[in-house]
Amino acid sequence: MENLGPLKTIRVVEFTSAWAGPYATCLLGFLGAEVIKVESRQRPDHSRNLSFTTGRKFETLDESEVFNNLNLNKLSVSLNLKKPQAVEIAKKLIAISDVVMENMRPGVIPRLGLGYDVVRELKPDIIYLSSSACGQTGPDREYVGYAPTFAALSGLPHITGYPDWPPSNFMGSIDLRSACTSAFAILAALYHLRQTGEGQYIDLASQEAIAVFAGDIFMDYVMNGRIQVRKGNKDDVMAPHNCYRCKGDDKWISIVTASEEEWVSLCNAMGKPELAGDERFKDMPARKANEEEMDRIITEWTQDQDYYDVMNRLQAVGVAASPSLSSEALFEDPHLKERGVFRQVDHPVIGKNWVIGPPWRLTETPAQFRSPGPMLGQHTDDVFQNYLGMAPEEIERLRTEKVIY
Amino acid sequence: MKPPTALKGVKILEYCTTVSGAYCTKLMADLGAEVIKIEPPGTGDGARRKPPFQNDQPDPEKSGLFIYINTNKLGITLDPEKKQGAEIFRKLVQRADILIEDHQPGEMEKMGLGYDELKKIHPGLIMAAITPFGQTGPYRNHKAYQLNISQMSGQGYMLPLVSLDDTRPPVKVGGNNGNFDPGLVASIAVMAALFWRTLSGKGQYIGMSKLEALMSMQRVESVCFPNSGVNMTRLGSVQNKNPGGVIPCKDGYVVLITPEEHQWKNFLKLMGDPAWSREDWCLDKIERMENVERIQTEILKWAKDKTKEEIFRKGQALSVPIAPTNTAEDIVNSPQFNAREFFIPMDHPALGHISKFPSSPYRFSKTPWQIHRPAPALGEHNEQIYLEELKISRDDIKRLKESAVI
Repeated sequence: MENLGPLKTIRVVEFTSAWAGPYATCLLGFLGAEVIKVESRQRPDHSRNLSFTTGRKFETLDESEVFNNLNLNKLSVSLNLKKPQAVEIAKKLIAISDVVMENMRPGVIPRLGLGYDVVRELKPDIIYLSSSACGQTGPDREYVGYAPTFAALSGLPHITGYPDWPPSNFMGSIDLRSACTSAFAILAALYHLRQTGEGQYIDLASQEAIAVFAGDIFMDYVMNGRIQVRKGNKDDVMAPHNCYRCKGDDKWISIVTASEEEWVSLCNAMGKPELAGDERFKDMPARKANEEEMDRIITEWTQDQDYYDVMNRLQAVGVAASPSLSSEALFEDPHLKERGVFRQVDHPVIGKNWVIGPPWRLTETPAQFRSPGPMLGQHTDDVFQNYLGMAPEEIERLRTEKVIY
Repeated sequence: MKPPTALKGVKILEYCTTVSGAYCTKLMADLGAEVIKIEPPGTGDGARRKPPFQNDQPDPEKSGLFIYINTNKLGITLDPEKKQGAEIFRKLVQRADILIEDHQPGEMEKMGLGYDELKKIHPGLIMAAITPFGQTGPYRNHKAYQLNISQMSGQGYMLPLVSLDDTRPPVKVGGNNGNFDPGLVASIAVMAALFWRTLSGKGQYIGMSKLEALMSMQRVESVCFPNSGVNMTRLGSVQNKNPGGVIPCKDGYVVLITPEEHQWKNFLKLMGDPAWSREDWCLDKIERMENVERIQTEILKWAKDKTKEEIFRKGQALSVPIAPTNTAEDIVNSPQFNAREFFIPMDHPALGHISKFPSSPYRFSKTPWQIHRPAPALGEHNEQIYLEELKISRDDIKRLKESAVI
């Protein structure tokens, strides 16, 4: 497939695993960058082995739908970086690339001989991003982290959930937020490179990438000394602002009103126009003060209806209402169907596999899926021969010596 | 002298009503782009009326949210729905590289400011529209706030994780995360389009759906049903199979995850190698999954009289992936966040001196994130932009003010 992406002139070489690293370069790949993933069966990317999401273990390294979903469009080359010869080959790859990304524990990649100090000697204008849980500096820099732990450190879980229940745990979506942040930072550096010819090093801390989402929560503490806690779906100002039970098993509709007009429309749609004149609900502060009673009345109306029926009724009168959707419901949703959000890719081992389309529509340079997530080392020969000019016999020898492994 | 910025010279026009659009341009303003933020005359941006306020006193110049998401921007007031306002808008577009807007589909066209019109006067324009459901599809005109998008995207359905039961509704991520996510996702496409423009000279239109931006963060969970026939729920059937997760302790909670065997072994060391852990039913991962309730009970017993700080430090010293569930106070005082200068001092004309203002998650070696100016007061840069940049005469500016165009 012809690459139409805005980044089609860019080559990225990555030394990443799990979710936060791979998805960052995957985003660049959607936008046309050629991404070469350096990996090894000596210590495989754990998303090739296991789905943290479903708990499923994969029999072989090439059948993980999670890996596929997060590594679309990439080329994979095998290099066992514990061997000095492999490091030398990795350096050659870097020398022909624009961007390097890695997400090993801080200190590891310099020990392998591929730290920024070494790499910039080979390629002075390289953009090199290191993504880690806590950052490359500071007392906690070597702390081990996964999405649940660096989410916890960031402040979001403490304010997510119900006040009388434990804070929420978070899984992979937190990694993907860190990944988006890395992709943005790399793109800003690429623009600077294009303007000035200057490359640079970027130290990205995942716990900070998530903490910035709680910026206003920190402002409340700094300005007012308030430590915000969990408040379910409630808003400080708006009411109604909640999810209400609908007909069926675990079916809910979210309803928000931000103005008097919307509140009156909601009352009329519920067939209870008298509520609009009710003293208890006469304005937003009154509704907020009597929120529980109001939510009970709304639930009486929603609980026997299909959640899409409630959505249609309320949207028709200008009230924001959307169902809470499961994976199955998302897959069946007519709007997402029409927009082609779920897409199938053809994977050589898995077969037809569903993934989520890129989250933007660019008119001139569309984001694309050009190939599925690669099998481990699938492009080793191709890349080493055609990009690095290595002879097939040499590649074979390195394979025997487990440099290519 | 201030160090260089990555996006020096990039000119962005922001015409947004929601937090998502403002957050998108903040990301770029903080890296050096010139962002002109257009606010409605009189009322100003909606975020000015959102908490937190200093001393909880509502004041359009003292919203912590507004001040956080509008750093480094120039602020002007303008009503493009008025004919003269639309004319000025066109002039502002002509001097910009990028226009970010978040109005309902069709609204820009109604004002004669749709992409097809603007492209005629500025073919190199990059225009991004960040709307709840995108520009096409049956819900394109639906109304949705953060909670609605968060619930519909599949994110809400899985929170809070792990729920004790499903009698309570699913929740959104706390705070404004659901508003910030679409801004971040949009910024990636905008930056890529900007890069391509440096090569091709061409602009383009970028359509963004907030719903799909949030779904993109759940791209793995969202395909579980079509690929495996599984719906992940907030009851945490997977999380509950393994010891760990969110663990209450003496003064809060810690979170533990041990995907690797050596991490579990180190966690046992942290607990002092308890006798039960050496029994047959606890030796391998499969057996532990079968006996997860028994093990979890032991972990809770062990944790309950220990502080989160103590567990965190001792655990990490043994390379156990364990961390405290930090509060805002914990983070503002965190040695790690402070060693990295995540919080910086900032002076703001209305708030005064802010000792710890949240900054950014990236440290660029050549073009650091930096504050050049705090968020603008309403209409603060009207004179600079209208008089100095667009060369509108003082008399005309006066007339435009009287007719509430600016």
